[in-house]
Amino acid sequence: MSISKKSPIIVENLRKKQMRESISAGKRLDDRGLDETRPIEIEVNVIKKASGSAWVKLGKTEVVAGVKVETGEPFEGLENSGALIITAEVLPIASPHIEPGPPDEETIELARVVDRGVRESEMLDLSKLVLVPGKIVYTIFVDCSIINVDGNLFDATSYAVVAALSSCKLPVFEIKDDQVVDTGKTQEPPITTTPVSVTTVKIGEYLLLDPNIEEEACMDARLTITTNSKGSIVAMQKGLKGYFTVDEVKGIAGKARTKGEDIRAKLQELIKIGK
Amino acid sequence: MVQSRSLIDEKGIRSDGRVIDELRDVKIEVGVVNNADGSALIEFGKNKIIAAVYGPREVHPKHMALSDRSVVRCRYHMSPFSTDTRKSPAPSRRETEISKVIREALEPALILEDYPRAAIDIFIEVLQADGGSRCAGITAAAVALADAGINMRDMVSACAAGKVDDKIVIDINDTEDKEGGADMPVAYMPNLEKITLLQLDGELNSDEFNKCLEEAIRGCLKVHEIQRSSLMEKYFGNEKGLKE
Repeated sequence: MSISKKSPIIVENLRKKQMRESISAGKRLDDRGLDETRPIEIEVNVIKKASGSAWVKLGKTEVVAGVKVETGEPFEGLENSGALIITAEVLPIASPHIEPGPPDEETIELARVVDRGVRESEMLDLSKLVLVPGKIVYTIFVDCSIINVDGNLFDATSYAVVAALSSCKLPVFEIKDDQVVDTGKTQEPPITTTPVSVTTVKIGEYLLLDPNIEEEACMDARLTITTNSKGSIVAMQKGLKGYFTVDEVKGIAGKARTKGEDIRAKLQELIKIGK
Repeated sequence: MVQSRSLIDEKGIRSDGRVIDELRDVKIEVGVVNNADGSALIEFGKNKIIAAVYGPREVHPKHMALSDRSVVRCRYHMSPFSTDTRKSPAPSRRETEISKVIREALEPALILEDYPRAAIDIFIEVLQADGGSRCAGITAAAVALADAGINMRDMVSACAAGKVDDKIVIDINDTEDKEGGADMPVAYMPNLEKITLLQLDGELNSDEFNKCLEEAIRGCLKVHEIQRSSLMEKYFGNEKGLKE
């Protein structure tokens, strides 16, 4: 069952007041403007055992994503496409508030929202990853480990997945005598677009991009929007018990598009340098 | 997503005979679960969903209680026989996520400060699923909450809009969801004009996005009328009751 609970991060009332005053003057407590995102650092191919990997820092939030490729049966109803599976785990090392155990609803939501953005953007042309139509396809796992939590896991994890997939080399499988054989060769992944996730949160009446953990403890509502390289919106998720007006949603969508363009250029540049 | 066949014909008629801005048939019956404090059965097209509310009541285990307001617990669950292929009764990741977004869609409408240290439990059971079950579930649960007499700021009405054959349509059904281009479920507080649930999968450009959002809200307002009259019928015997 989904249960309403308090944030484990406690922000004192004085600090909250300070935050509200600061935001109303257009500046956040970490000196950022309301629309300013934290610096992104990306290192790709950090895990040699994986087909592709990325270590992403968004401010102090850190995520490692790794791509592993196997073969398997296609998903039901998607007989002629490869399978893409994206998972996320917030490791117990990532913050004093995380305990080991099965994923809680926040972590499940995180993995599903990141998956939705990448899947709905059709970043990977999965129709090119079929070995025997309806029977054997490439199964691509992108597993994300969050190793330090400082807010906005949605965007940081999404960037890690995009970086790991963009820089990966898929193994080439062949069918010989009804058996799947790894040829030892590699191929470029069939990338069609670069999805970019942009998360906006609402604190009081103000909208802030890329919240840090302290801001997340004070936020009323959250909206994550993913755009593709054409600037179209491909996925969206509202969270928390606050609300948005229609005009706010339209404004956030516009910003997700323009800001997403900047971040896309940045991601592509960082991935290219790392390759 | 592959579009294997046309889902809207040249006259603008959809696969199930509706026009683009038409809801499926919606029927809401209030007070169907005898033991619950509030309940509603919604038939939304082929969806058949029961929502039941228990509470405000004591919280167990007690450490989950909040000192300044009530906690809301929400479970969205699909019966094994509700889908084409049997669904395992164990809660899936999808159901976990939907339980969370439904709770977050209903919470803004509830005046939880009125019930400190209590729990309000919302159970949504999908007996038959036909696409748009989260929206139908929210709609039924909001009626059940009103039926339970929980203090509310507003009703919550939900409806999806989406893109089918490059046209923006409201209330996506199962076929359109699987084969169409985009699906945007929205929950809306119709009097306060606030959006409390917003999700999207599928590609929409800027104009389509704005149109889709507006159409979804128009759908929510239609759903609200049905919610209103169902409650009227339960408590005043007929729809005109309150107007007189």
